[in-house]
Amino acid sequence: MQKLPIQRVRDAIEELGEFVRLGVETLGSLRFKRPSWRQFVDQLHFIGVKSQSVVLTTGAATGMVLCAQTYFQFHKVKMDTATGAVVSVGMCSELGPVLAGLMLTGRVGAAMSAELGTMKVTEQIDALRTLATHPVDYLVVPRVLATIVSAPLLTAQSVVVGILASYMIGVHLLGIEGAYYLANMRRYTDPVDVVTGLIKAVVFGIIISLVSCLKGLRCPQGAEGVGRATTESVVAASISILIVNFFLTLFLTRLFHG
Amino acid sequence: MIEVRDVHKSFGTQAVLRGTTLRIEKGEAVVIIGRSGGGKSILLKHLIGLIRPDSGSVLVDGKDLAKMSERDMLPVRRNFGMLFQMAALFDSLNVLENVGFVLRRERKHTDAEIQRLVAEALEMVELPGTEKKMPAELSGGMRKRVGLARAIVYRPAILLYDEPTTGLDPVASARIDRLIHRVWEELKVTSIAVTHDMKSARTIGRRIVMLHEGRIHADDTMENIFQSTDPILHNFVNGIAAPRTELA
Repeated sequence: MQKLPIQRVRDAIEELGEFVRLGVETLGSLRFKRPSWRQFVDQLHFIGVKSQSVVLTTGAATGMVLCAQTYFQFHKVKMDTATGAVVSVGMCSELGPVLAGLMLTGRVGAAMSAELGTMKVTEQIDALRTLATHPVDYLVVPRVLATIVSAPLLTAQSVVVGILASYMIGVHLLGIEGAYYLANMRRYTDPVDVVTGLIKAVVFGIIISLVSCLKGLRCPQGAEGVGRATTESVVAASISILIVNFFLTLFLTRLFHG
Repeated sequence: MIEVRDVHKSFGTQAVLRGTTLRIEKGEAVVIIGRSGGGKSILLKHLIGLIRPDSGSVLVDGKDLAKMSERDMLPVRRNFGMLFQMAALFDSLNVLENVGFVLRRERKHTDAEIQRLVAEALEMVELPGTEKKMPAELSGGMRKRVGLARAIVYRPAILLYDEPTTGLDPVASARIDRLIHRVWEELKVTSIAVTHDMKSARTIGRRIVMLHEGRIHADDTMENIFQSTDPILHNFVNGIAAPRTELA
């Protein structure tokens, strides 16, 4: 049966409340309970190490396309050498963190909610509770911490590879003078752009891990429930990243540039 | 001592428990019987706080689980061990890690001590030397025995069994029943099992509680239950389907 708009709004508010509650519970767990080191390292490997290929490929492809498109437009007004600056600022503060975040949502967020959802429907989470272990301590905290550590590192890698790829395309394929390309890049890229991108990556890491864990822990029964929880987590985290990115851009620009 | 007082629980419009009251003393071997979907597992999960009642209270040694937060409940749950219907082993951990889970989390034992305690528990459930196996490599009966080893390794005072023989062949079922009885006798635990397998109930229980339409319909010793002339109880323990008119 189709839900009424008012019910949808009520569900969304309820879900937001659950999200905040899980965040508070995670913070509380960090205060009172030492996180499982082994779980953290396992998650760090899964989220950080194993996501590198997909995030680096995305960074490189984005850097190359951004470089080519910028060059084609700037070439018309004889501003070819400014291409590097546009790519660098764009990659550092916007495209790097957002695209890394979206790729992490698809790869890591989906896996997290599917894993936790399967644990829920096979009573493994109930088993955890009977073994005097809080699911947030054992399952959520290591995932959130590992994503918070991995997301900015992956974003930084993605940005560096994107800029290198754009340099290769701009200088060696499109014929921009290398020295000017680098000089303009350095001149217009502020350290604040890098810091902005890294702050965004940390926030996106929190969103991805908490949304995915929440969807997994609230997974309805059955295989269909796991599938739905996985899809919902990817959609919710992706949309949240795009919306939060806008507000972060406004907030951080005001904060750093006055 | 566990006391369930006038517990009501509904899921949507379906009322599963409608004023269930039950008291279980230390060291008892209780079997909760009842028809499939009748709320037996729901009642069992109330005893360890996995499900909260809509109203009523569940007291464990005087502490009301219904009024406790999930985190406050953790020390109370340390007194419980539970064997799930499908064993619920952690599929990313091997047998050693599954069985030694609580011991490792408590950080009170060395690795060598954990290995020794796990080996003892596996010996008790007749699965020695399986520490390195993953749950996917085990049969249904073996998974249940590992689940039982995981539940007893930290010596809880109360053991809960949710349909311990469901899905097993008669030989594997008899083996699980024998192990449950042995654990109750040797470890002097309070044993509470949910089942609709009357053969299993005879082996593992001393007292039988029948849950019918959300309330305790009968509560008596094994002998009296099997000799009862109450039609609902008689039909259930003897596996007699009610005539169509009665069902209506």
